[in-house]
Amino acid sequence: MKFALQINEGPYQHQAADSAIQFTKAALAKGHEIFRVFFYHDGVNNATRLAIPPQDDRNITQEWVKLQKEHNLDLVVCIAAAQRRGLIDEDEMNRQGKDANNISEGFRISGLGQLIEAGIEADRLIVFGA
Amino acid sequence: MAKKFMYINRKAPYGTIYALESLEVVLIGAAFDQDVSLAFIGDGVYQLTKGQDTKAIGQKNFSPVYSALGDYEVTKIYIEKESLEERGLTLDDLQHLVWEDEDEDYAEKDSIRLVSRAELADVLDEQDVLLSF
Repeated sequence: MKFALQINEGPYQHQAADSAIQFTKAALAKGHEIFRVFFYHDGVNNATRLAIPPQDDRNITQEWVKLQKEHNLDLVVCIAAAQRRGLIDEDEMNRQGKDANNISEGFRISGLGQLIEAGIEADRLIVFGA
Repeated sequence: MAKKFMYINRKAPYGTIYALESLEVVLIGAAFDQDVSLAFIGDGVYQLTKGQDTKAIGQKNFSPVYSALGDYEVTKIYIEKESLEERGLTLDDLQHLVWEDEDEDYAEKDSIRLVSRAELADVLDEQDVLLSF
């Protein structure tokens, strides 16, 4: 089956981010396809490369990066939600005249249309959190 | 073929950002020519209340946007009857949302459909994509 995921909550604060990773691993292990993972609301914070969780804890962003590399996942961060919350990539940094960027490798920033398209293309859209 | 998309709004309009960011998805999603409907349940029914005034909390009052949904061809707005009643509200407390039917000489029609919890469950069952906020 072809799944799309929407993640609505930030890392560590809420179970949603962990559940989405575990769902992704389980679905891929069963041979299903993950069409896209869309990060919305505070879920955009899963994409920061600047988080420093304690060493004996999981690193949620790094887990996504690893899965992305292994399975060529499409990890999309909503641009409107990201800009509000200070998550920007290098292009946005330059366009907005900011002095830094923080999006991790493996993620890309795009619009809400990507979420709707995921709903259209996937057999199931699964919402995590909120 | 168009899919049936339903946006389920469950939270009060202010206090958290879910209601505002749900509306942003609805407006963008309208460009995709899908079969769209909205549901308001639980505290989500407060999103449609009339006369919202946000001055004292220093936030933008986005409630006027709901009255434009008809222009985006969002014409099916389900309100759960029990959720209204549990909060001491009636349809008179909500905005009167309408759309213009171009097939009937732009006749103005009600967008709001008051449904019971059981009826709404049947509507949910018919959907292809449920986005919950």
